[in-house]
Amino acid sequence: MITLAKEDYEKILAHAEKELPNEACGLIAGEKNGNDKIIKKVYLLTNIDHSNEHFSLDPKEQLAAVKDMRANGIVPLGNWHSHPESPSRPSEEDKRLAYDSSASYMILSLMDREAPVLNSFKISGSDAEKEELVIG
Amino acid sequence: MNITVAGVKKEVADGLTVAQLIIDEKVETPIYVTVSINDDFISNDSFETTVLKEGDSVEFLYFMGGGR
Repeated sequence: MITLAKEDYEKILAHAEKELPNEACGLIAGEKNGNDKIIKKVYLLTNIDHSNEHFSLDPKEQLAAVKDMRANGIVPLGNWHSHPESPSRPSEEDKRLAYDSSASYMILSLMDREAPVLNSFKISGSDAEKEELVIG
Repeated sequence: MNITVAGVKKEVADGLTVAQLIIDEKVETPIYVTVSINDDFISNDSFETTVLKEGDSVEFLYFMGGGR
Protein backbone atom coordinates (compact mmCIF):
# COMPACT_ATOMS: atom_id res chain seq x y z
CA MET A 1 0.00 0.00 0.00
CA ILE A 2 1.16 3.54 -0.69
CA THR A 3 -0.28 6.57 1.09
CA LEU A 4 -0.41 10.08 -0.32
CA ALA A 5 -1.68 13.11 1.61
CA LYS A 6 -4.59 14.89 -0.04
CA GLU A 7 -2.68 18.19 -0.17
CA ASP A 8 0.21 16.47 -1.95
CA TYR A 9 -2.24 14.92 -4.44
CA GLU A 10 -3.59 18.41 -5.04
CA LYS A 11 -0.07 19.75 -5.63
CA ILE A 12 0.52 17.06 -8.26
CA LEU A 13 -2.84 17.73 -9.89
CA ALA A 14 -2.33 21.50 -9.97
CA HIS A 15 1.15 21.14 -11.47
CA ALA A 16 -0.08 18.65 -14.08
CA GLU A 17 -2.95 20.95 -15.06
CA LYS A 18 -0.60 23.93 -15.27
CA GLU A 19 1.73 22.02 -17.60
CA LEU A 20 -1.01 21.01 -20.05
CA PRO A 21 -0.94 20.18 -22.91
CA ASN A 22 2.45 18.66 -21.96
CA GLU A 23 3.16 15.81 -19.61
CA ALA A 24 4.22 16.83 -16.12
CA CYS A 25 6.49 14.85 -13.84
CA GLY A 26 8.22 14.67 -10.50
CA LEU A 27 9.44 12.53 -7.66
CA ILE A 28 7.90 11.07 -4.53
CA ALA A 29 9.77 10.47 -1.29
CA GLY A 30 8.98 9.40 2.21
CA GLU A 31 9.19 6.38 4.47
CA LYS A 32 9.05 2.62 3.92
CA ASN A 33 7.54 0.33 6.49
CA GLY A 34 7.68 -3.24 5.25
CA ASN A 35 5.60 -3.30 2.08
CA ASP A 36 3.93 -0.02 2.96
CA LYS A 37 5.11 3.34 1.74
CA ILE A 38 4.14 6.72 3.10
CA ILE A 39 4.78 9.67 0.85
CA LYS A 40 6.03 12.58 2.92
CA LYS A 41 6.97 14.92 0.12
CA VAL A 42 6.22 15.29 -3.57
CA TYR A 43 8.60 17.08 -5.92
CA LEU A 44 7.31 18.95 -8.95
CA LEU A 45 10.04 18.84 -11.58
CA THR A 46 10.47 20.17 -15.09
CA ASN A 47 9.74 17.87 -18.00
CA ILE A 48 12.76 18.73 -20.14
CA ASP A 49 11.10 17.05 -23.16
CA HIS A 50 8.32 19.69 -23.04
CA SER A 51 6.13 17.17 -24.81
CA ASN A 52 2.61 15.82 -24.53
CA GLU A 53 3.92 12.35 -25.36
CA HIS A 54 7.17 12.00 -23.38
CA PHE A 55 8.78 13.09 -20.18
CA SER A 56 12.30 13.21 -18.80
CA LEU A 57 13.13 14.65 -15.40
CA ASP A 58 15.50 17.61 -15.30
CA PRO A 59 18.73 16.10 -13.87
CA LYS A 60 19.69 19.31 -12.02
CA GLU A 61 16.32 19.43 -10.30
CA GLN A 62 16.54 15.70 -9.65
CA LEU A 63 19.90 16.21 -7.96
CA ALA A 64 18.49 19.01 -5.81
CA ALA A 65 15.54 16.80 -4.85
CA VAL A 66 17.81 13.90 -3.86
CA LYS A 67 19.82 16.24 -1.63
CA ASP A 68 16.63 17.61 -0.11
CA MET A 69 15.42 14.06 0.65
CA ARG A 70 18.71 13.27 2.33
CA ALA A 71 18.57 16.47 4.38
CA ASN A 72 15.02 15.65 5.49
CA GLY A 73 15.70 12.01 6.35
CA ILE A 74 13.34 10.61 3.74
CA VAL A 75 14.04 8.14 0.96
CA PRO A 76 13.16 8.08 -2.74
CA LEU A 77 9.98 6.06 -3.33
CA GLY A 78 9.50 6.53 -7.06
CA ASN A 79 8.20 9.05 -9.50
CA TRP A 80 5.00 10.41 -10.94
CA HIS A 81 3.97 11.75 -14.32
CA SER A 82 0.82 12.77 -16.09
CA HIS A 83 -0.90 11.41 -19.16
CA PRO A 84 -2.74 14.38 -20.65
CA GLU A 85 -4.63 12.35 -23.23
CA SER A 86 -4.38 8.72 -22.20
CA PRO A 87 -5.47 6.48 -19.32
CA SER A 88 -3.70 6.02 -15.99
CA ARG A 89 -1.68 2.96 -16.92
CA PRO A 90 1.96 2.49 -17.92
CA SER A 91 2.67 2.78 -21.61
CA GLU A 92 5.17 0.49 -23.30
CA GLU A 93 7.75 3.28 -23.05
CA ASP A 94 6.96 3.76 -19.36
CA LYS A 95 7.63 0.06 -18.80
CA ARG A 96 10.80 0.06 -20.86
CA LEU A 97 12.25 2.92 -18.82
CA ALA A 98 11.14 1.62 -15.42
CA TYR A 99 14.35 -0.04 -14.28
CA ASP A 100 13.56 -0.22 -10.56
CA SER A 101 11.07 -2.94 -9.66
CA SER A 102 10.90 -1.71 -6.04
CA ALA A 103 9.85 1.83 -7.04
CA SER A 104 6.31 3.15 -7.26
CA TYR A 105 5.37 4.67 -10.58
CA MET A 106 2.39 6.99 -10.22
CA ILE A 107 0.44 8.05 -13.29
CA LEU A 108 -2.14 10.82 -13.29
CA SER A 109 -4.55 10.70 -16.22
CA LEU A 110 -6.12 13.98 -17.28
CA MET A 111 -7.89 12.36 -20.20
CA ASP A 112 -11.18 13.33 -18.55
CA ARG A 113 -10.36 16.82 -17.29
CA GLU A 114 -13.34 16.75 -14.93
CA ALA A 115 -12.37 13.41 -13.40
CA PRO A 116 -8.59 12.97 -13.07
CA VAL A 117 -7.41 9.45 -12.20
CA LEU A 118 -4.25 8.71 -10.23
CA ASN A 119 -2.92 5.18 -9.95
CA SER A 120 0.33 3.77 -8.64
CA PHE A 121 2.13 0.82 -10.22
CA LYS A 122 4.99 -1.53 -9.58
CA ILE A 123 6.73 -2.36 -12.84
CA SER A 124 8.98 -5.31 -13.48
CA GLY A 125 10.04 -5.84 -17.07
CA SER A 126 6.89 -5.84 -19.18
CA ASP A 127 4.65 -6.52 -16.19
CA ALA A 128 2.86 -3.69 -14.40
CA GLU A 129 0.84 -4.28 -11.27
CA LYS A 130 -1.38 -1.67 -9.71
CA GLU A 131 -0.68 -1.13 -6.02
CA GLU A 132 -3.20 0.00 -3.45
CA LEU A 133 -3.14 3.78 -3.24
CA VAL A 134 -4.70 5.67 -0.34
CA ILE A 135 -5.20 9.42 -0.74
CA GLY A 136 -6.07 11.25 2.42
CA MET B 1 42.00 9.79 -0.62
CA ASN B 2 38.59 10.70 0.75
CA ILE B 3 35.53 11.40 -1.37
CA THR B 4 31.79 11.54 -0.76
CA VAL B 5 29.50 9.20 -2.69
CA ALA B 6 25.76 9.80 -2.49
CA GLY B 7 26.25 11.69 0.75
CA VAL B 8 28.49 9.05 2.35
CA LYS B 9 32.18 9.74 3.03
CA LYS B 10 34.50 7.02 1.71
CA GLU B 11 38.18 6.33 1.44
CA VAL B 12 39.15 5.21 -2.04
CA ALA B 13 42.33 4.59 -4.00
CA ASP B 14 44.14 7.55 -5.52
CA GLY B 15 43.55 7.81 -9.25
CA LEU B 16 40.11 6.21 -9.10
CA THR B 17 38.07 6.86 -12.24
CA VAL B 18 34.33 7.37 -12.36
CA ALA B 19 34.03 4.16 -14.41
CA GLN B 20 35.78 2.16 -11.68
CA LEU B 21 33.71 3.82 -8.96
CA ILE B 22 30.54 2.76 -10.81
CA ILE B 23 31.82 -0.83 -10.69
CA ASP B 24 32.96 -0.60 -7.07
CA GLU B 25 29.63 0.85 -5.97
CA LYS B 26 27.75 -1.89 -7.87
CA VAL B 27 25.66 0.74 -9.63
CA GLU B 28 22.78 -1.01 -11.34
CA THR B 29 21.90 -0.29 -14.97
CA PRO B 30 24.78 2.19 -15.46
CA ILE B 31 23.48 2.93 -18.95
CA TYR B 32 20.71 4.93 -17.25
CA VAL B 33 23.02 6.73 -14.84
CA THR B 34 24.09 10.34 -14.93
CA VAL B 35 27.01 11.33 -12.74
CA SER B 36 27.65 14.65 -11.05
CA ILE B 37 30.89 15.66 -9.40
CA ASN B 38 30.64 18.64 -7.08
CA ASP B 39 27.25 19.40 -8.68
CA ASP B 40 28.66 19.47 -12.23
CA PHE B 41 27.30 16.79 -14.55
CA ILE B 42 29.85 14.92 -16.59
CA SER B 43 29.35 13.30 -19.96
CA ASN B 44 28.78 9.54 -19.96
CA ASP B 45 31.56 9.36 -22.56
CA SER B 46 34.07 10.60 -20.01
CA PHE B 47 33.46 8.05 -17.22
CA GLU B 48 36.63 6.16 -18.21
CA THR B 49 38.83 9.23 -18.33
CA THR B 50 37.52 11.25 -15.39
CA VAL B 51 39.81 10.81 -12.40
CA LEU B 52 38.40 11.70 -9.02
CA LYS B 53 40.21 14.04 -6.64
CA GLU B 54 40.45 14.38 -2.89
CA GLY B 55 37.26 15.89 -1.49
CA ASP B 56 35.09 15.28 -4.56
CA SER B 57 31.39 14.74 -3.96
CA VAL B 58 29.86 12.26 -6.41
CA GLU B 59 26.19 11.59 -7.04
CA PHE B 60 24.61 8.93 -9.24
CA LEU B 61 21.29 9.92 -10.74
CA TYR B 62 19.10 7.46 -12.58
CA PHE B 63 17.43 8.67 -15.74
CA MET B 64 13.70 8.83 -15.26
CA GLY B 65 11.40 9.20 -18.17
CA GLY B 66 8.61 7.67 -20.15
CA GLY B 67 5.86 8.41 -22.55
CA ARG B 68 2.21 7.86 -23.23
